[in-house]
Amino acid sequence: MTESFGGDVRLTGISKTYGAFTAVHPLQLDIPAGSFFALLGASGCGKTTTLRMIAGLEEPTTGTVSLAGRDVTALPAHKRPVNTVFQNYALFPHLDIYENVAFGLRRRGIRSVKQRVGDMLDLVQLGDHARRRPHQLSGGQQQRVALARALVNRPQVLLLDEPLGALDLKLRRRMQLELKRIQTEVGITFVHVTHDQEEVMTMADTVAVMNGGCVEQLGAPADLYENPGTVFVADFLGTSNLIAAEVAEVVESAGLVEVAEHVEADRSSRAGGDLVLTAAGGAKLTLPAARCRASARTGRKVLAGVRPEKISLAHAADAAAIPAGRNRLTGRIADSSFTGVSTQYVIDSPAAAGLVVYEQNIERNTRLRPGAEVVLHWNPAHTFGLDADQAREAKAEAARRSGPSGAGN
Amino acid sequence: MRAPWRWLRRNLVVVAGLATLGYLTLPNAVVLLFSFNDPDGRFNYTWQRFSTDAWTDPCGVADLCGSLGLSLRIALWATLGATVLGTMTAFALARHRFRARTAVNSLIFLPMAMPEIVMAASLATLFLNMGVRFGFWTILIAHIMFCLSFVITAVKARVLSMDPRLEQAARDLYASPPQTFLRVTLPIAAPGIAAGALLSFALSFDDFIITNFNAGSTVTFPMYVWGSAQRGTPVQINVIGTAMFLVAVGCVLAARVAGGRRTRNKARRSSRRRS
Repeated sequence: MTESFGGDVRLTGISKTYGAFTAVHPLQLDIPAGSFFALLGASGCGKTTTLRMIAGLEEPTTGTVSLAGRDVTALPAHKRPVNTVFQNYALFPHLDIYENVAFGLRRRGIRSVKQRVGDMLDLVQLGDHARRRPHQLSGGQQQRVALARALVNRPQVLLLDEPLGALDLKLRRRMQLELKRIQTEVGITFVHVTHDQEEVMTMADTVAVMNGGCVEQLGAPADLYENPGTVFVADFLGTSNLIAAEVAEVVESAGLVEVAEHVEADRSSRAGGDLVLTAAGGAKLTLPAARCRASARTGRKVLAGVRPEKISLAHAADAAAIPAGRNRLTGRIADSSFTGVSTQYVIDSPAAAGLVVYEQNIERNTRLRPGAEVVLHWNPAHTFGLDADQAREAKAEAARRSGPSGAGN
Repeated sequence: MRAPWRWLRRNLVVVAGLATLGYLTLPNAVVLLFSFNDPDGRFNYTWQRFSTDAWTDPCGVADLCGSLGLSLRIALWATLGATVLGTMTAFALARHRFRARTAVNSLIFLPMAMPEIVMAASLATLFLNMGVRFGFWTILIAHIMFCLSFVITAVKARVLSMDPRLEQAARDLYASPPQTFLRVTLPIAAPGIAAGALLSFALSFDDFIITNFNAGSTVTFPMYVWGSAQRGTPVQINVIGTAMFLVAVGCVLAARVAGGRRTRNKARRSSRRRS
């Protein structure tokens, strides 16, 4: 399997419009050879259209697609060295599993397919199902056949269109690990389209978050999670608490050095000083200037964000025990739900309503019940800042775009 | 007292099924029985005595086998023509948007909805005005026309229910457009095409009204039966009727057995693997 290493994919100014509806705005993507790349977004964001343009099933309105340095924009789908795992698999119902997997090899005129098909069926652990028809297999097995049918051709790039969407949760988890294992094993470039942010976190090396036909942010999953650049990314990848605030003053770094959890956060917290923000209700929050996407001017409106698992909860009576230098907000527990590993609290604060906090169930504090007055506190270095004006514009833009709804997601 | 009622209630479905089957096969049984009759007069309507004369000499009546051969020939050609044209039309209607699509879609139903006698008369008028000589070709053209709508309906339903991603998957797996059609589209549409073809054959073979109007002096098998029924019914008609019934039943049974064996083999293979 090692003879074919994946090729890189380069999309240059590629776009797709259907009449008046723009599915994909001109976008630029470089997908390095051998990487596991994910296009993440809600349905209708243009991620599948982008994938289909790479496969050659959709003709781009503008721009070019190149694979391994070769411009393939004009090549029809059956001449491109890419293969696709389709949503719902699209297995040929009139052929058995063996012939399904052999289909691509036979079309390219390869005579001795037996060995390769057999090896591939073994790789996906379906060797003894070769003579069954697709409808006799379970969803997970069909998914693996679809994968085998694409991989057996040793494409330079494998395209996956929501391949795990039809599976139940447990199976999906297992297939995520399986896919990652196979990708590492065969070294082919994987381009994976999904709306499942968890899938992306476990599998992808690089993620492009798409929204309204544009790439909102691109980076490693952990980087996107810790440093979301837009409100959309902050909300789409996991949960974010966003607190509307105003920059009150810019101060020199006040020694937030103890943070070493994430290199990125650590690096940025040391440079460029801190912003002191005031939120509704008079709460003061500290935000590392380097983690703020808006320009650090006094009076500037920003959204201060923090992830639910970064926040600690203390009962109002214990507020004195909270170490100094931490961001704090007061509030009242509106709702709590026990999820086994953790407890999720929803807290209404004067600064923002509906703040979400995840507390690990290590020692459960029985006083943290709905109605209790609490203090939320977290390390200021875990705060990120988003531009409030840009967020408002984006919302208006999204509303404008969603008017003429159109072709596939 | 209660026992028979309880038995009937429990087996009502079977009883009703058998009664329906009997109702449906009774005419065929009568035809079969009278194929072994040795009638005294020209009419084969009353049972006289058992004889296998007609079975040993099925072509013993003048022109009978000639008309049968003609009917089979017309049915085969009509099936072929209607299936090829109908399949292409069905694909065009299901896949492409063109100007007269809606009109064509409703015109398709006309031959099925229109009274046959009206169509027969108007076709005859058309051929007459065009100065076409009635015979084999006029019959064939008429048959293809009314078979077409059945083929289109059957194939279109199949094509519309086909997942378009299957063809995209074929293209993605290096199949050129003609290969995609031959290897994926056609095999998946095949049951619809086969259904349309079988229907065409049956409809063409036993059509009387339209054929009668457009045949001129040519005599097909249904016309022969009709004609002879006025002068006397030779036993050979029963023989051929019975033979055709048996061939049809035989085909259905063979298909059943073949299908059953395939699933049984599969079951055996998988159980062997499990053990």
